[in-house]
Amino acid sequence: MNELLKDILINVLLAAAPLFLWILPYALLAVYLERKVSAFMQDRLGPMRVGKYGLLQTIADILKLLQKEDITADAVDKKLFNFAPVLVFIGSYAAFAAIPFSSIYIGSNIDLGIFYILAVSSLVVAGLLLGAWASNNKYSLYGGLRTAAQIVSYEIPTAIVVLSLVIVAGTLNLKEMSEAQTANIFNWYIFGGPELSLKKFILIPFLLVAAVIYFISSLAEVNRTPFDIPEAESEIIGGYHTEYSGMKFAFFFLAEYANMFAVSAVITVLFFGGYQSPFGYLGNLLNMPWLIGLEQIFWFLFKGMLFVFVQMWLRWTLPRLRVDQLMALCWRYLIPISLVNLVIIAFISLL
Amino acid sequence: MSLKTEELVLNMGPQHPSTHGVLRLELLVDGEIVKNVTPHLGYLHRCFEKHTEAMQYFQVVPYTDRLDYLASMGNNFGYVLTIEKLLNLKVPERVEYIRVIVAELQRIASHLVAIGTFGIDVGAFTPFLFCFRDREIILNLLEELTGARFLYNFMAVGGLNYDLPDGWTEKVKDFAKQFRNTIKELNDLLSFNKIFIERTANVGILPADLAINYGISGPMLRASGVKYDIRKNAPYSIYDRFDFEIPVGKGLKGTVGDTWDRYFVRVLEMEQSLNIVEQAIDNIPEGDVKEAIPKKIKPPVGTVYGRVENPRGELGFFVVSDGGVNPFRVKVRPPSFCNLSVINEICKNNLVSDVVAILGSIDIVLGEVDR
Amino acid sequence: MKTLNEFFDLLKNQFGEAVIELKQDIDPYIIVSADIMDKLVEFIKVNDDFKFDFCTCVSGVDDANGTKSKDENGNDVITGGTLSVFYHFRRLFDDAKLIFRVQVPRENPKVKSIANIYRAADWHEREAYDMFGIIFENHPYLRRILMPYDWEGHPLRKDYQNPEFYQGIKISYN
Repeated sequence: MNELLKDILINVLLAAAPLFLWILPYALLAVYLERKVSAFMQDRLGPMRVGKYGLLQTIADILKLLQKEDITADAVDKKLFNFAPVLVFIGSYAAFAAIPFSSIYIGSNIDLGIFYILAVSSLVVAGLLLGAWASNNKYSLYGGLRTAAQIVSYEIPTAIVVLSLVIVAGTLNLKEMSEAQTANIFNWYIFGGPELSLKKFILIPFLLVAAVIYFISSLAEVNRTPFDIPEAESEIIGGYHTEYSGMKFAFFFLAEYANMFAVSAVITVLFFGGYQSPFGYLGNLLNMPWLIGLEQIFWFLFKGMLFVFVQMWLRWTLPRLRVDQLMALCWRYLIPISLVNLVIIAFISLL
Repeated sequence: MSLKTEELVLNMGPQHPSTHGVLRLELLVDGEIVKNVTPHLGYLHRCFEKHTEAMQYFQVVPYTDRLDYLASMGNNFGYVLTIEKLLNLKVPERVEYIRVIVAELQRIASHLVAIGTFGIDVGAFTPFLFCFRDREIILNLLEELTGARFLYNFMAVGGLNYDLPDGWTEKVKDFAKQFRNTIKELNDLLSFNKIFIERTANVGILPADLAINYGISGPMLRASGVKYDIRKNAPYSIYDRFDFEIPVGKGLKGTVGDTWDRYFVRVLEMEQSLNIVEQAIDNIPEGDVKEAIPKKIKPPVGTVYGRVENPRGELGFFVVSDGGVNPFRVKVRPPSFCNLSVINEICKNNLVSDVVAILGSIDIVLGEVDR
Repeated sequence: MKTLNEFFDLLKNQFGEAVIELKQDIDPYIIVSADIMDKLVEFIKVNDDFKFDFCTCVSGVDDANGTKSKDENGNDVITGGTLSVFYHFRRLFDDAKLIFRVQVPRENPKVKSIANIYRAADWHEREAYDMFGIIFENHPYLRRILMPYDWEGHPLRKDYQNPEFYQGIKISYN
């Protein structure tokens, strides 16, 4: 019994610790990156004073948030109010367990990889709704209802696209999907997959459409502009996080950035080769096989950050969609297109 | 069994990121659809009209700056024009030219703020910074001229308080050359963006007859298709010497009189103001700007109504004089006050997000709504 | 384009005694009596000779032409005399203008409201009520607009004194 417990504990630590080693620094980096990227796009400089080029700005912000007074209004539902950020945090961070960072490291190599990720990220909706309702504030209620409608609707095209990719790949396991896209850039699923046949070339346009649909739906899942109606600052002030202050607000904030990386990681694994490099490996060239694992981590993080950068770029360029236009986009355009796409891909795969 | 629904009273309170100041809008909403909008004003009431009865005529001028604080030159212009009409005073040519140039530069600056903040209300954060980058150049020009960036106290009854510094006209010409590129950039980024058009076309349609009945003036009236501009229909100062057009809303992207029209009329007006500035800047005659300023202002008994075309509409000053050195009554007819009264009519049956967009396109400044 | 004298004659033919006089001034105006205001305004909106469609300004003025006296605290009080309301109308196609003046007694200032005919006058009349205390009959919803809803007194009157306290807060400090 003791052995079993020790075994489980070691496995849990092995699975969780490297994730925390990456995700928390990444969240700090992403906040700084967003401020700098937005500043350069808007013809200004961004944070420049704290540390050289403002690099220590996020640390200063986190310190400030930690020592802030945790204001809880009188009329809120205390238990739900305190529990909501925890749920959002769990939903965002637990998805990282099944994402393959490299061939030598994956948090937990479950066979249901992508299915588990979709399921766990849905916990976020429950957390946001709880936060909105418990705040006892009309604005928060608005934000909560809008966000629930938005996230739940946009999960459908996400799931359909993932399904179509599972048909092409033949497995739900993310590690096996990444392993299959080896050797060079043309083996990536966005270019049809690793087997060289007529099927591969016919699939390319449909998989491209699938990738675009997935990217748009994932923007809506993480509440980024142009889909940031739930936290539209100019209309309902803060939406679901109006009443939160201090560390609880920091939870919501960091969970949003972690979510951004999670969806970027998933799109990389599904369509863009996961941790595989587009050309060969330095380790192969120099005959040092242990280098390959590290190189793969570098490639994975690079592709993930590229998509995070594209998400930030879109946020600062486009205006916001109105609630009914957002829902119309999902139900009248994305879902029919993705369904048709799925059927066509299924037929092609039968060839 | 039918579901019982209730209408919610949502308060877009005095402190809100997009009510452009301290304005309280009480919305009666049914889900997301707005049934009624009641504005509550008075949060910025500073008793301007009572103050004027305790001061002399020339001392009122700095107070007029603070009415519509984003278009101070226009307010000054309106007041001094009214008092000059009361006194039947003629000002030198140089003063007229400089007044027109400064008023048009102020119009460009004010429209830049309107466009930038409208972009933020709709969710586009970047055009705001591009607009303010150019507004900084105008503010620097006016600071060199008057010493203040924001509330100028530049015009006096019968002339101006300051004369042009050396090299100012060259800087204005440089600005005019560079500003056309900014308008092009703004059009690429915001005006013809599909999401922006979806957000603003066919939203908050104001028909022309409703606009005239509600006393709307300025870009809002012109966006509904009515071609009325005081600078052309009843020219004051020397506006009849310049060649410029009046942009009118044509319903390019939706219906005539919707929010996109109101926004785009402002963009086109900026270009026309630039034309006026370029025509005027080369022809400023020589002279002394302070020579016609009277030593003591003691007008005859009577009433007078003078008006100018401010960036937000028709600013009118109704002055009653009883022969003394203090005005007996100064009534300000503010454009934003009249423009805001129509908000209940045009917001009916739109969504909450649309109320924000409509309020942004009406372009109010609480300083002149409340005085 | 008619001149102001012609407008005055047409109005006098239509309304007779209620149109009192045409006062010459820098901006000449026509003095009318208070109780025909709404019919007059309806007339100038639809009649073919007039067709004035734009109401630019409605403003109250305290004439301060009553008897001045001092009350027990030494403050000025004006009794008797009149309050005036000035109406400015315009026509959009040729920019003609028409100005009316209505004078009502200070103790009982009542004017017929024109807010249902020209919607622009709605908020202007509320402001005249707020600042001078002029009651507009048949106004859709006459209440204060710039001052708080429970304020006492009418600020722009010439004999206005600030109240001592407002909801328990002391007002004047000098």
